[in-house]
Amino acid sequence: MASVVLSEAEKVYIMHGVQEDLRVDGRGCEDYRCIEVETDVVSNTSGSARVKLGHTDILVGVKAEMGTPKLDRPNEGYLEFFVDCSANATPEFEGRGGEELGTEIANTLYRIFNNESSIDLKLLCINPRENCWVLYVDVLLLECGGNLFDAISVAVKAALFNTRIPKVRVLEEEGGREIELSDDPFDCIRLNVDNVPCIVTLSKIGYRHIVDATLQEEACSLASLLISVTSRGTLTCMKKVGRGSLDPESIFEMMETGKRVGKLLHSSLQTVLDEEEKLGSARKKVGFLG
Amino acid sequence: MAGVEVRLPAARERLAQGLPRGAGEGGRDLVAPGDTITTDPGYMRGHGTYMGNEKLVASVAGVVDRVNKLVCVKALKTRYNGEVGDIVVGRITEVQQKRWKVETNSRLDSVLLLSSMNLPGGELRRRSAEDELAMRDYLQEGDLISAEVQAVFSDGAVSLHTRSLKYGKLAQGVLVQVSPSLVKRQKTHFHDLPCGASVILGNNGFIWIYPTPGQKDEEAGGFVTNLEPVPLPDREVISRLRNCILALVAQKLMLYDTSIVYCYEASLSHQIKDLLKAEVMEEVVLQTRQRLLELEG
Repeated sequence: MASVVLSEAEKVYIMHGVQEDLRVDGRGCEDYRCIEVETDVVSNTSGSARVKLGHTDILVGVKAEMGTPKLDRPNEGYLEFFVDCSANATPEFEGRGGEELGTEIANTLYRIFNNESSIDLKLLCINPRENCWVLYVDVLLLECGGNLFDAISVAVKAALFNTRIPKVRVLEEEGGREIELSDDPFDCIRLNVDNVPCIVTLSKIGYRHIVDATLQEEACSLASLLISVTSRGTLTCMKKVGRGSLDPESIFEMMETGKRVGKLLHSSLQTVLDEEEKLGSARKKVGFLG
Repeated sequence: MAGVEVRLPAARERLAQGLPRGAGEGGRDLVAPGDTITTDPGYMRGHGTYMGNEKLVASVAGVVDRVNKLVCVKALKTRYNGEVGDIVVGRITEVQQKRWKVETNSRLDSVLLLSSMNLPGGELRRRSAEDELAMRDYLQEGDLISAEVQAVFSDGAVSLHTRSLKYGKLAQGVLVQVSPSLVKRQKTHFHDLPCGASVILGNNGFIWIYPTPGQKDEEAGGFVTNLEPVPLPDREVISRLRNCILALVAQKLMLYDTSIVYCYEASLSHQIKDLLKAEVMEEVVLQTRQRLLELEG
């Protein structure tokens, strides 16, 4: 991952600041930087979103393709994740440099979506055992400014919210079934994203923990906890990253903070997504040139 | 008391079409790459320009700078081009034999020779092999220093020196990185601001904000770092200054002591973390700009 080198004194300054609940940029320990979300930015996807969180810049595209259901789940579709770490983000990602991080993020995404309630996969089934929709979720990392996981999960949720899958009908004919695509391009299925979890990363700095760490703060933190929280505050998965250790008591504190912040994150995100939807075609697209 | 704000991105406002280009502030010319600067063959080609079809064409976006017959374009976004006497802030990236490599946002890493720095304690003598072995005790990878440019080599690499008590290792504080062309050249780049913090405006665009030192401890020669916690009021000032500087940079205003102090004063009506929001930044910088214009008269 992109990382910065800091001098001892700078680290001490950041650590003391966290202790006093005043971080370098003036935020408190539980404040996020301003998140900018725009959906429907890539026209040739089924759904897409771009999220900017400070200097972190994420683009997510969701593409629905026809496939065959997995053998153990014949009446469900499935999601595939792929994370591409662009060398634009940091020169370290050049060549195969970003592969390891990309796989790590993709695996985390698989884990947080690996439960029945997050997304109704039955909706994606067309023909049990034969056809289903496969949602390819492609994440592109354009810039790293700390707190990648949270930004990516927000972007994935926004992109899934934006996803429109064309409606199809199955026609029974002699000699087999045929799939017919609806003529109306606006005739489509939307996914229910109410239960899609978002990741809240809590980084332990000194005796306290913070959310939404910048690169500099990440360099000061030895251990952090990834918590995926749904909009109701249910914790669906948890992962510790970093080489330091966490004591159980602080893990519980971090979980509580994570749930509280996660709920807020979901409600703010949903408000903005609804607002954007309401604007419809009147919305000015900003994209990459704005 | 958590705070999460999600919003839609705001499109950048386009300047009114048909605004004559080249009639910028103070009669200075703004050019984009490919713009013709002059068709007069009498001019000399400087940095940021090239000759194409007997015309002088800009190769970077920036301001045209004419010195007699020499025409240069000073780019807005650029790496640092060293000049002798500049004050820079840099980060040590490597400890080598008899020298440190310093990252100063220039195209090549700068060097700081062991012989061009004051030894701790201010001893004056030739550097011995023991000094070479102790180099990492003075400065190690990641440390920040302030220094002056001693020489510029033919390939553009910069050699630094810290032979003054003003310069040396930096202790606790915040580094802000901006474009070098936004730092105004002045007599002094070390400022103790009236708001209670100090800044070093490095010519290379590295800006160091730190609590104003109480008394100048001279015997240490700037190598002993104070790791005592910085009091909260000082922290608030430093964070506010950091956000103010970022706001000025976002609106492309030149950075010097007056503009920073004015921006700080304009920002006092807002919370520190609110200064991260684009609309608050814009408002604060607008007030700053107004005051600066009044000052010019």
